[in-house]
Amino acid sequence: MSSESQEFLQQAEVITKDLRHRGLIQTALRKYEVARDKRKSAFGDWQSSRQAAAETKWEAINHLDKYLTEFADKLEARGTKVHWCSTPDQARDIIVKIIADKKARCVIKSKAMTAEEIHLNAAMEKAGFEVVESDLGEYIVQLRKEPPYHIVFPAMHLTRDDISDLFQKELGSAPTREPEELTMIARRALRKKYIQADVGITGANFAIAETGMISLTENEGNARLTAALPKTMITLLGIEKILPKMEDLALFLPMLATAGAGQTVTGYNTLYGGPKQPGEVDGPEEWHVVLLDNQRSILLADPEQRDSLHCIRCGACLNVCPIFRNVGGHTYGTTYSGPIGSVITPHLRGLQSWKHLSSSSSLCGACTETCPVKIDLHHHLLQNRRNASQEEPNAMEQTAYKAFGFVANRPGMWQVGKELARMFQPLHKFVLGTKLDPARAWTATRDVQPVAKESFKEWWQKHKAEKQAK
Amino acid sequence: MTVTLFVPCFVDALFPQVGINMVHILEKLGHRVECPEEIACCGQPAFNSGYWDEARCVAEPVLKRLKDSEAVVIASGSCGAMLKVFYPQLFADKPEAHAAHELSGKVWEFSDFLVKKLGVTDLGAKFPAKVTFHDGCHGLRELGIKSSPRKLLEKVQGLELIEMQDAETCCGFGGTFAAKFPMISTAMGEVKCASAKDTGADYIVSNDSSCLMHVQGLLSREGHKLKTLHLAEILGNQ
Ligand code: SF4
Repeated sequence: MSSESQEFLQQAEVITKDLRHRGLIQTALRKYEVARDKRKSAFGDWQSSRQAAAETKWEAINHLDKYLTEFADKLEARGTKVHWCSTPDQARDIIVKIIADKKARCVIKSKAMTAEEIHLNAAMEKAGFEVVESDLGEYIVQLRKEPPYHIVFPAMHLTRDDISDLFQKELGSAPTREPEELTMIARRALRKKYIQADVGITGANFAIAETGMISLTENEGNARLTAALPKTMITLLGIEKILPKMEDLALFLPMLATAGAGQTVTGYNTLYGGPKQPGEVDGPEEWHVVLLDNQRSILLADPEQRDSLHCIRCGACLNVCPIFRNVGGHTYGTTYSGPIGSVITPHLRGLQSWKHLSSSSSLCGACTETCPVKIDLHHHLLQNRRNASQEEPNAMEQTAYKAFGFVANRPGMWQVGKELARMFQPLHKFVLGTKLDPARAWTATRDVQPVAKESFKEWWQKHKAEKQAK
Repeated sequence: MTVTLFVPCFVDALFPQVGINMVHILEKLGHRVECPEEIACCGQPAFNSGYWDEARCVAEPVLKRLKDSEAVVIASGSCGAMLKVFYPQLFADKPEAHAAHELSGKVWEFSDFLVKKLGVTDLGAKFPAKVTFHDGCHGLRELGIKSSPRKLLEKVQGLELIEMQDAETCCGFGGTFAAKFPMISTAMGEVKCASAKDTGADYIVSNDSSCLMHVQGLLSREGHKLKTLHLAEILGNQ
């Protein structure tokens, strides 16, 4: 078992029993579901919209080479510097070098999961720069020295009291339970940082090939300030963020808002087309767009799971996932949690180390049903399981399935098996729940269904005989 | 019509009354029922764990045995999904691909078979109690079964159906998942049980005994009076 897997099991053991956590997440996500359903009904036909979105992403991902070049060419034509990075190392080095070249000291950053993916903050801090997250949720988890809990709601595991305590400790503010006041405390601390910052770093929600623009979606206006105030702007994005046309946003912006947060459209949607152009009075003087592959092209080469590159990181699959809702975001131990994380992490970070994420699912399919771009998420979990077992079978498990098959295909032996189970069942109570109990994983919390005195097939033989006799 | 009733391994050994009720119901409707005694399991445990060769080993005899059936009815939504949806994937580039595809077309989950294929909803059943219905995930999302069991329950005399919040949320069974990740499975089950208890129902009914085995296991351990029943047991109550 990989160390990642052991850690997952240990954390799951603790957090699944944490009823405060369970209550908090269930309540928050039930509210989300209500809001989402209300917004969904504003779409003339949600299912057709999903289909249209899936087809658009299908086109974008299947012709990624063409659209990425188009995107980069258009950006460069307006003076943006485009950097192509295969690995997280390359992306970090390039970004750190840009900041160093500018002799910058303070960096302001808006929310970007791709930056989490490559641990960018740690690299920038190691290089001696001060980095401040400007999204409120991200700022909170940064103060707590924690990774984001959820790809859209980074601090959803915290209550107002938790946040108030944190601000008192870290910012010396007065205690308060009012969300507005808490926001104002953060705002006062952050405003200073925008002014001080020499470099602003953003992510991107969409990259429009047709016009060479990035589209940023946010609710706080912080990404706008991050992009507008510092002289240098850096945007880091995964290569899968491409949309072919500007008009695609007409579907994708409301879809992202609805699926992600139960909003009609997100508060602020901004398009960025380049650095300050001659004759313009504001905007960053330099803009660097860093395109990250990090195994995405390997995923692209896999016809079975290529559609996982359609992901628009709306977080809807996390929100409906009963596993996520019970273990929470941190237990996954990796940047992308929930169903999409369980699908792609084994590809991004190694199948054998991360296959447990694909196994820790009841395969209920709620994720696939909800995904706005129709990624076949839960079936991909099955494929990951298959690939992992083929590559490195677990000897015990494999032998057990072989033995099971051997017995199941021999009715005589199957019958003997049933009789043995019936015979030994009364003895089970002597070891029930102890270390000797072979069914301990089950019996620790659940009673066992007794083997029936007469199985269906035994009954059937009698029934058949009676019918024939008639 | 001759109906081939496939009673999966765990229903055979642990919940025989589910299969027995199905036989009675189908025979009462005038159909000839046959049960393939030589096949035990659909191969889903191995398939779900990623051991597809081992799953095929169990699935091949099933394919062969059910090849000439007129209609195959399965006493579990989950095993039904295995035959209908996953066999074609399991055998995708194997010589049995065609057979798997053919079989898929004639496989039915029990409640869907009654309502959609036979067009019956009223079986003359009586069951004076309050029940809530749990949608098993495989039946719901792989087979798209939502209305059939409810249509059948509606016609049961004396029965009051109270929908629980999040009826479509997984109960946490998930086959081998329940044993590999018992803590998550249990937490999910507890959430499910809480929703069911909130309805004030006397019974949790489902068309999948596997979910019920897990839910009943939790309820019994807790000593709660809420009981689980398979839909067929209610429909068979005349
Ligand atoms: S996989 Fe689908 S539902 Fe999940 S985050 Fe991506 S787009 Fe949203």
